[in-house]
Amino acid sequence: MMGVMTINGRRVTFTDEKNVLSVIRKAGISIPTLCYLSEMSTFGACRLCMVENERGKMFASCSEVPKDGMTIFTNTKRLQKYRKMIIQLLLGSHDRDCTTCAQSGDCRLQDLARKMNITDVPYQDTRERREIDVSSPSIVRNMNKCILCGDCVRACSELQGLGVLEFTRRGADALVSTAFDRPIAETACVGCGQCRVYCPTGAITIHSNVDDVWDAIGDPNIRVVAQVAPAVRVAVGDAFGMKDGTGVMGMIVNAMHRMGFDEVYDTTLSADLTIMEEANEFLERLSKGEDLPLMTSCCPAWVKFCHDQYPEFDRNVSTCRSPQGMMSAVLKEYYRDPENAGGKKTVVVSVMPCTAKKMEIRWKRNYTKGQKDTDISITSTELVNMIRDFGLDLQMLDPEACDMPFGLGSGGGVIFGASGGVTEAVLRRLAPNHSKQLMDNIADCGVREKKWIREFSIDYKDRRLNICVVSGLANARTVLDKLKAGEVHYDLIEVMACRGGCVMGGGQPVILGRTPREARTAGLYRIDNNETVRKCDENPLVQNLYKGMLKDKAHELLHVHTEE
Amino acid sequence: MLERSCYDLADRCIEKHGKKPASLIPVMEDIQDELRYLPGELLSYVAKQIGVTEADAYGVATFYENFSFEPKGKYEIKCCDGTACHVKKGIAVIEALQKELGLSKDKHTTDDMQFTLETVSCLGACGLAPTMMVNGKVHPRMTPDTAVALVRELRGDNT
Amino acid sequence: MKIAAREDLKNARLEAAAKMEKQDIRVLVCAGTGCVASGSEAVYEEFRNQLEGREGISLDFAPHDGTKIVGVRHTGCQGICEIGPLVRIRLGDKVVQYVKVQPTDVSAIIQRTILHGEVIEHLLYHGQAQYVSPSDIPFIAKQTRIVLSNCGKYEPDSLSEYIYSGGFRALEKALFEMTPEQVIQEVSDSGLRGRGGAGFPTGRKWSSVAHQPDPVHYVVCNGDEGDPGAFMDGSVMEGDPYKMIEGMMIAAYAVGAQNGYIYVRAEYPLSVKRLREAIRNLEEAGLLGNNILGSSFTFHMHINRGAGAFVCGEGSALTASIEGKRGMPRVKPPRTVEHGLWSKPTVLNNVETYANVPRIIMEGAQWFRSIGSEGSPGTKTFSLTGAIQNTGLIEVPMGTTLRQIIYDIGGGIKSGGTFKAVQIGGPSGGCLTEKELDVGLDFESVKKYDAIIGSGGMVVMDQGSCMVEVARFFMGFTQRESCGKCTPCREGTKRMLEILQKIVDGKGELSDLDDLENLAQMVRSMSLCGLGKSAPLPVISTLHKFRDEYEEHIVDKRCRAHVCGKLRRFIIDEDKCVGCGKCARNCPAGAIIGARKMPHKIITDQCIRCGTCQENCAFDAIYIEY
Repeated sequence: MMGVMTINGRRVTFTDEKNVLSVIRKAGISIPTLCYLSEMSTFGACRLCMVENERGKMFASCSEVPKDGMTIFTNTKRLQKYRKMIIQLLLGSHDRDCTTCAQSGDCRLQDLARKMNITDVPYQDTRERREIDVSSPSIVRNMNKCILCGDCVRACSELQGLGVLEFTRRGADALVSTAFDRPIAETACVGCGQCRVYCPTGAITIHSNVDDVWDAIGDPNIRVVAQVAPAVRVAVGDAFGMKDGTGVMGMIVNAMHRMGFDEVYDTTLSADLTIMEEANEFLERLSKGEDLPLMTSCCPAWVKFCHDQYPEFDRNVSTCRSPQGMMSAVLKEYYRDPENAGGKKTVVVSVMPCTAKKMEIRWKRNYTKGQKDTDISITSTELVNMIRDFGLDLQMLDPEACDMPFGLGSGGGVIFGASGGVTEAVLRRLAPNHSKQLMDNIADCGVREKKWIREFSIDYKDRRLNICVVSGLANARTVLDKLKAGEVHYDLIEVMACRGGCVMGGGQPVILGRTPREARTAGLYRIDNNETVRKCDENPLVQNLYKGMLKDKAHELLHVHTEE
Repeated sequence: MLERSCYDLADRCIEKHGKKPASLIPVMEDIQDELRYLPGELLSYVAKQIGVTEADAYGVATFYENFSFEPKGKYEIKCCDGTACHVKKGIAVIEALQKELGLSKDKHTTDDMQFTLETVSCLGACGLAPTMMVNGKVHPRMTPDTAVALVRELRGDNT
Repeated sequence: MKIAAREDLKNARLEAAAKMEKQDIRVLVCAGTGCVASGSEAVYEEFRNQLEGREGISLDFAPHDGTKIVGVRHTGCQGICEIGPLVRIRLGDKVVQYVKVQPTDVSAIIQRTILHGEVIEHLLYHGQAQYVSPSDIPFIAKQTRIVLSNCGKYEPDSLSEYIYSGGFRALEKALFEMTPEQVIQEVSDSGLRGRGGAGFPTGRKWSSVAHQPDPVHYVVCNGDEGDPGAFMDGSVMEGDPYKMIEGMMIAAYAVGAQNGYIYVRAEYPLSVKRLREAIRNLEEAGLLGNNILGSSFTFHMHINRGAGAFVCGEGSALTASIEGKRGMPRVKPPRTVEHGLWSKPTVLNNVETYANVPRIIMEGAQWFRSIGSEGSPGTKTFSLTGAIQNTGLIEVPMGTTLRQIIYDIGGGIKSGGTFKAVQIGGPSGGCLTEKELDVGLDFESVKKYDAIIGSGGMVVMDQGSCMVEVARFFMGFTQRESCGKCTPCREGTKRMLEILQKIVDGKGELSDLDDLENLAQMVRSMSLCGLGKSAPLPVISTLHKFRDEYEEHIVDKRCRAHVCGKLRRFIIDEDKCVGCGKCARNCPAGAIIGARKMPHKIITDQCIRCGTCQENCAFDAIYIEY
């Protein structure tokens, strides 16, 4: 429907906007919201987006359908007064230790309070104090800061299909909680961190391991080696005011060197290894016709989801470790050589876009020789905090190259950070050469389609491969249910827990008011385009590893060991 | 672990109302009617059987006032504090009973599991205010004295 | 008996009439919640026991030749709950109303009234005069009973008696003589408006649902009468369940629904029981199910018991609850008529609304419009409670004034009291005062005075009610019952309650009144659902009409109604005090001073007003000053 409405006396045309709120924002008016997220259902609880019509009737703009000829006011005196009261009321039932809050500066509630010039809160916080839940390695839940907007509840159920978080109790006692208020670690939580991404306050934050990293760096007997995941390089710049999706890997390496990391390696290398192994596994299963479709295993949130919710598909999930796991195993193996270790203990730190990776490093089936390979996993957001803490301005740093011999990956490894990237890299691996034409054809086969569930077929040798690429666990649930019902048949399914893949991982910096999914994805493809090596098997480091260290250890270091 | 019979009860209730998410509330009501409380363990079981998440079921159970995860006393007293009872000094009846039974705003059940005292909003017998309900039977025109006398009479029955 | 076709219904009517006419005498024992509480069940049993096998009398189920046949029946609420158990004896055309009947009275009633047609005077209702027939009692005579027409006359459980009373004539007419469009037109023309509170035109609602493209429609009955102080819908459900069901069936036929749900509050066990019984009887008879009366109309009914949440009276919360979810209202649009139960177009009306429908279909829109006021045709039931002579259930034409209700029907303020206000509409409503006594009550008029008709709870207050405390009471209620979803209601009601508590505790400041008013207006304008939007009304209305009482609490620390305990002042009468010191020893606040054997004194500022001293004084020397 097309039409014209009058907003604050100015005419605004609208086309297919689903609600008045979108029309208002399109008109350049930043109407505040705390519970409206365009990707989820309309909740309508915060009541900040209320507007008034010409007859003085108030309604929520998030739930009202635009109609031709509508006249609305977004900032009448009454609305301003009431909105201010709402913020005051929210602050009144909120733990206001802003100066020491992990979310300070990135908090939407704080931001609105400042914008509305709130200078006092006439209420005491009388709520029962809730214990902070630190049970999960991925996230920390402090319900004393919760404003009951329900964003996490909807993220968990609507986006991730899990429903671990739910509103409980009611009225002033209402509380977002788990079943029987259990610690989050004792639930079906997969650690994806999407609840934290959408939380407007500091009620759900990343379980930080920054102090552990500083401790390791500060210990002269420890060699701190880091690996940086593909999606990190297109997100960290956002937090330093650079254009969304700018590739800043070189600057990250510089910063990390300055902060005291002994070596900084690139996880894209192990992404290449993942493809080598997974492509082999895929071909083997194809030839045997067993355990198909092959399901990817790079994403720990997905792996846990599948195991908890669909154990019948356990055998379909690839036995490959994730790139993080492969990299750390290789690094640990390398530093087991006394010559390389130089008399120091090695601590491997992974820098990931992901909160679930903190959980993955604890899984015994990823251990090598009974030992944990990745010692500490931090998110890109924590890396940003470290850089700020150290007093560096990322923008001012010159790019540096990663350290060798593990500092180089192919373009196929880089695009792991976007949904469809793993599949595309597998297809490149299966391709006979790396001609531009062939690479472009692969990119256009449907693997990059702008949908959460992408289905396409390609010809490989004498057969047709049916492939599904899905991101967002709720979407994954849809695919698995159909698979279970026999409604669909695939040979390969790539699943990433977060919508759009790792670029939108639960550990990535959240930018107030923006969803940088497309910019970050484009950033990765840009980097890939500029790489000379775009196929994993053409990466010289990969070739060296298979000739050397991995010659007879590929299975031990690169695959999970469930029997243990 | 609860006794097997509780699970059988849950199965019967699910059977009666159907294995579907919409059966959650009726099944919980039937279980609560039978056991006079809703064991958490059984709630988890029911949730799984009818296909709702455990958190959802917990959210529903904590939303509605009538569900209790705590066992209730032999005599469930519901004192009305609806408008009519309130203006006719129903509060005095509640206070007298609290005092008599050693209960408070936060403690609803006596230690010997004989009495549970709750305040409800309206029993629908406003013409006879103040009222209270004991195990489903409405008692009209209560005074602090008659309420206490009733409780003493009930207590006398089982000592 | 199967009633599978129109012919069967005709026969059922004849059979019901024969059964009814056979009864020379009917003993009608009120089985409304109020009378059951007063012990009417024992009276009923006593009648049956004593009549069974008695010489010269047969109970109607086993008649003998040459005996009087007596039918002993339950009935729905007869109205004057306060003087229950109520029993009516119908002797031919004559009806005798007995009140406060005890089982011990039964043998006398049988002996004198049933066998010899005498009236027992001391069991009659005595108001300003002595009344024999219920229709003489002003409380009943001044009412107009449409919805409650069968209450007091027929057995609620009996399908046969309902059919005798004219039941299912309207359904039959709708099914065989009217198209669904005509039914909707008739209801629209009647001007019937939703009796649940908002007064939305029923016909328009039905029409919207009927026109939705989705083929699956539902009808839902809101029987979640949660307003404290209101029991009209409960009385209809337990007193005449078939009428309401027939109304729902007509609605279902009109909008093309095959399934109906009744959502009943769990606190109404009797309603649930009678509705279940009614549905079972109808299913057995074939009046519910496939191809009703041989027509193409198919309809099934389901009962959902509420589980204790006032907010489920709100449409979207109610449908969420039926779906097995938390009763949290959702944002509208889309409205229930487009997106209701299971996301399908849904007619949601309350009990009283449906109960009006059969009569409208039978008598026509014009007849209905002849009752009540221009904008609000028909009658309205109210539950009349509080400081009034006759408490109970009443039904009056819309437009009846408060004065008529309180003085003509209710018999005036309870002895010794003076009228102060009527709280109408419960926690969503407001107060009407002396000034508004002559306002005709209908949907529009009441709104002008910061109140609403609401579902019809009417609590009369005299000088013994503190209006600040009443506001605090209602705010406590809504605050407890808020679902917690939207900020204004969840946080706003909490803070309003805090302020009101502060004032009744004697700690209020004048600036609190402005804060209260501001919060109230904000919550009223910004809340998501009707519960939140109306929650501030009791405060707004008392604040506007009884501001002096608020100020008195704050400035003078005085509660003129002597209700607010924290505003009492305990004073020691120096003439009576012997200085024993017991009060001082027992004072938890250490607020009593005085030398031994000398009169003691209470330091008011330190006193916590618990009353321990007064309880302990053996010399009656401590009194309270308000």
